[in-house]
Amino acid sequence: MTATTDIPDDAVTTLVGNYRKRTYRRILMLLAAIALLCLTVLIDIMTGPASLSFTDVLSVIFDPSGASAQQKVIVWDLRLPIALMAVLVGAMLGVAGAEMQTILNNPLADPFTLGLSSAASFGAALAIVMQWSLIPGAGAFFVTGNAFALAMITSLALYGFTRLRGVTPEAMILVGIAMLFTFNALLALLQYGASELQLAQIIFWQLGSLARASWGKVLTCVIVLSIVLPYFMSRSWALTALRMGEEKAASLGVNVSFLRLTVLAGVSLLAAVAVSFVGAVAFVGLVGPHIARIIVGEDQRGFLPFSALAGALIMSGTSIASKAITPGVIYPIGMITSLIGIPFFISLILSQRQRHWQ
Amino acid sequence: MSLTATNINVSFGTRTVLHDTGFAALKPGQLTALIGPNAAGKSTLFRTIAGLIKPNAGQVYLEGKDLSTLPTQRRLKSICFMPQFFTANAALSVFDVVLMAQKQLAGWRVSKDDMIAVASALDRAGIGHLADANIGELSGGQAQMVSVCQALIRRSVVYLFDEPNSALDLRHQLDVMGRIKTAMRKRGTIGIVALHDLNLAARYADHLLLIGAGKILAQGPPEQVLADPLIAQTYDVAVQTAAGPRKELNVHAYVD
Repeated sequence: MTATTDIPDDAVTTLVGNYRKRTYRRILMLLAAIALLCLTVLIDIMTGPASLSFTDVLSVIFDPSGASAQQKVIVWDLRLPIALMAVLVGAMLGVAGAEMQTILNNPLADPFTLGLSSAASFGAALAIVMQWSLIPGAGAFFVTGNAFALAMITSLALYGFTRLRGVTPEAMILVGIAMLFTFNALLALLQYGASELQLAQIIFWQLGSLARASWGKVLTCVIVLSIVLPYFMSRSWALTALRMGEEKAASLGVNVSFLRLTVLAGVSLLAAVAVSFVGAVAFVGLVGPHIARIIVGEDQRGFLPFSALAGALIMSGTSIASKAITPGVIYPIGMITSLIGIPFFISLILSQRQRHWQ
Repeated sequence: MSLTATNINVSFGTRTVLHDTGFAALKPGQLTALIGPNAAGKSTLFRTIAGLIKPNAGQVYLEGKDLSTLPTQRRLKSICFMPQFFTANAALSVFDVVLMAQKQLAGWRVSKDDMIAVASALDRAGIGHLADANIGELSGGQAQMVSVCQALIRRSVVYLFDEPNSALDLRHQLDVMGRIKTAMRKRGTIGIVALHDLNLAARYADHLLLIGAGKILAQGPPEQVLADPLIAQTYDVAVQTAAGPRKELNVHAYVD
């Protein structure tokens, strides 16, 4: 054993240097992701029937006085809310997925695989078809309110399930999938008795679409994110500690059940609001955090912001793809995220099994 | 300053794990070994002291203060408990997890002092070469050394180590025990180590606690406790002690 001295020796300096280097690398990756996101947002605004050039978009956004009325309407009223909505919803789903995976200690957890999205869809369908409001006094927001209420009830049920003795993280995902099928079946039941108009609204929920973005919704997302994100950030170390196992976290001073409950509430809020605005969008909450994990690791100080950025990038890219695949047609985003997500999901399962074999 | 427990009673459902038991004051700067057969209640006693389990009855006192009156956060800060196992496949490096313990869950900013503290702790523990390794890739022994490092970097009043060397080779067992003992003496803190190896207990502990079937049966200096017929009875073996080649106390067990 070496003696403790106040002057750090070479080995210590090297270790500190290595850690510094990794920290700088993480910050660099975050900045790169932010830059890339700005670029995709601009491309998203450019893409569409009335084609706008890069300089057109920049001048309309930063110097609206010089732009034509038509361009202003296209950018400010049509494209910008959609582009920002994609970023915000992606970030919300990314963060929701990241923290679900953390608190449930399950790499396959996300708002969609755990049934929260389909619960929200069912809640919305209840409002659309039956005109039932689960939250009294929700007023104009009763569709969103219902979606939120059911997502919340489902996550509480999941939380209760994790408290049962002998429930493994693997079993959790099965319960989530059971929830998914239950709500899908209930949704089908409602669809069976729905009118054509109602059916169209429900389909919006199932396929996911950014078309109904508005500045009001963008603002709501910003408010929700600015409430939940700072709380998650303040619990960064505790959430990181939770990845070492429940007992280890508790021994480090984490009040595990309280943390799980509050984070689950935050996650439900994020997921429910996101899903109630754009419908059920699969896999963004799953894939985003996994990309973050590979690139910056699971220290929450990097993991949390990068999960948000990765989710935002995926959604922004999806928004571009939904318009660019066939000019003049806007495909539902849920379809596109699923098509990208499923191969990833399968490769994830395969790589996990490989690790157990080694 | 001392740690005392009185009339602790813990049961899970109908199964009673600790029966109205306790121990007399453990002194700062001393290392106590908690010895006893499997399922005697060692881990449960630790968890009760750490406040992770609420006892059905009984109190733990630190400096004469009932620990159950402290807020959870304060209690977990002054008592550092190292669980026996940790398995994690998280994408976290060894440096990350030791830093997490150094930060005591507070403050986003990592100062230069924090980084130096973590780096020198890793260096001293002889696991500097593992700093960038993923915690999921560690062997059982390496994980245990990281765990000890995590515990020792914290500034607590009481340190509880649940079998800190069950997966370590001979050299590292001695290293870890030596490091824990030195740390307790230098910091003037109270250390309890749950051990299966009575020879390690005899060599490193200043004080022994013998636990059997949920009760503390004997307490005192190693020579005294190890010579007690209760040892043989508790472990269900014949025990003889003798001086080793370097005058250390050796314990020999026989199944007759």
